[in-house]
Amino acid sequence: MKKLVILGAGTAGTLMLNKLRGILDKSEWNITIVDMYETHYYQPGFLFIPFGIYNKKDVIKPKRDFFPNGVDVVMSQISKIEADKNRVLLENGSVLPYDYLIIATGTKINPEETEGLKGKLWHKEVFDFYTIEGALALANYFKYWEGGDMVLNIAEMPIKCPVAPLEFVFLADWYFTERGIRDKVNIHFVTPLSGAFTKPRASSVLGDFLEKKNINLIPDFSIAKVDNENKKIISWDEKEVNFDVLVSIPTNMGDEVIARSGLGDELNFVPTDKETLMAEGYDNIFVIGDATNLPSSKAGSVAHFESEILTENFLDVIDGRKPRAKFDGHANCFIESGFGKGVLIDFNYTTEPLPGKFPLPGIGPFSLLEETKMNHYGKIMFRWMYWNQLLKGLELPIESHMTMAGKRV
Amino acid sequence: MATVEILGKQIEVDSDGCLVNLSDWNKEVAVEIAKSEGIELTEKHWQVIEFMRKVYEETGDAPSIRKLTKQSGVDTKELYSLFPGGPAKKAAKIAGLSKPKSCV
Repeated sequence: MKKLVILGAGTAGTLMLNKLRGILDKSEWNITIVDMYETHYYQPGFLFIPFGIYNKKDVIKPKRDFFPNGVDVVMSQISKIEADKNRVLLENGSVLPYDYLIIATGTKINPEETEGLKGKLWHKEVFDFYTIEGALALANYFKYWEGGDMVLNIAEMPIKCPVAPLEFVFLADWYFTERGIRDKVNIHFVTPLSGAFTKPRASSVLGDFLEKKNINLIPDFSIAKVDNENKKIISWDEKEVNFDVLVSIPTNMGDEVIARSGLGDELNFVPTDKETLMAEGYDNIFVIGDATNLPSSKAGSVAHFESEILTENFLDVIDGRKPRAKFDGHANCFIESGFGKGVLIDFNYTTEPLPGKFPLPGIGPFSLLEETKMNHYGKIMFRWMYWNQLLKGLELPIESHMTMAGKRV
Repeated sequence: MATVEILGKQIEVDSDGCLVNLSDWNKEVAVEIAKSEGIELTEKHWQVIEFMRKVYEETGDAPSIRKLTKQSGVDTKELYSLFPGGPAKKAAKIAGLSKPKSCV
């Protein structure tokens, strides 16, 4: 029996498990998936929790509901990947030898990386919304908040879902308007980037949104520390921003097991070939999703597009061939812009988000880089698609490679 | 594509003002780019610039601030005083590289 081990049963790991179990012969291939938690979180839903749109039960399901038959599931922390010995050591003491390994250990927030961020105000007046605990604590805080300075700060790039901070301030504008206290709330968007977003045309469009919604953009701000006593954030070059409530997107890093195994860069992301998705320097290790160091967005849509490329390349490699499929960095993101509307962006390594129409058989077209109700419905519909199709590794009506059809250059 | 005149020579730059052709770079050009950013290059600056070029040669990408802090021997606070307003971006520009790809 040949052995495939998948590390991580989040979005990327689960969908690879489903795809490959469906393809690989059960009499020839043993597949094991390892994760330390039983609960699967629908992470795009965390954004809606602080504003009372979703609650906890809207974003959780048991991971095991999404595992196919005929696989070994191991619930344990991973101690170390010994890539030179083709095996994985688990904290429960067992050793998993493999012929092929897929690393899907994701990324998580590390508030400890910024001085004072996880201080005495943590989850009291300083929050994150990238964890279920942070999102729920913030929901509870906002419910009773009467106004003041709300500061959203991105600690450093790259982060998971780079549009989420923008969506957060757009939704906050809507939420405080609905609550009738928008005139008492100042919203500040404080970012290390030079504008609203990373890509020039989208940055300009989304920057205009910030202005239109009376959200104060403070660019080029690299946070050095949080002053819990005086409630302000201070940058390395000593700029200061006062807050009554701070919503932080802390430094994102790959899992510590990557560092322990000597497989990561300075942020514990695994150096990965941007086209083949193989770990650099190894011919039997693939990497997918947020765990890679690829210059693409860390997002579920990206993991989905990567999964189709990875599947093709996996089949080539186990046949003793060179991997032929090439990932193009395709990302596709619905951006909630508040008041029941949304914006859609679609881009890859070389083509930045452009305006135009996005064709989607049977449902679309959606408008690109433009605010519409239809785009909002797209985002809401996506949750159903995520649980029922994406995680199960089923085909989605959208190509893994980006298409120029409908885009205006 | 825009060009700027540096030391009497027309040199191609991108929209961020970074050199398009790595081969246009040399130490004299670096001094001029630094001047246009209001920076007088000292030995410490060169330590950072040389580290950046070394990383670029090895990996094909300019290092992020985090990598600079961890590996160049210059801490974050000092990086900001050497290259006010954005060490990774400014040092990359002076080193003749385009800004780090870490932002996506």
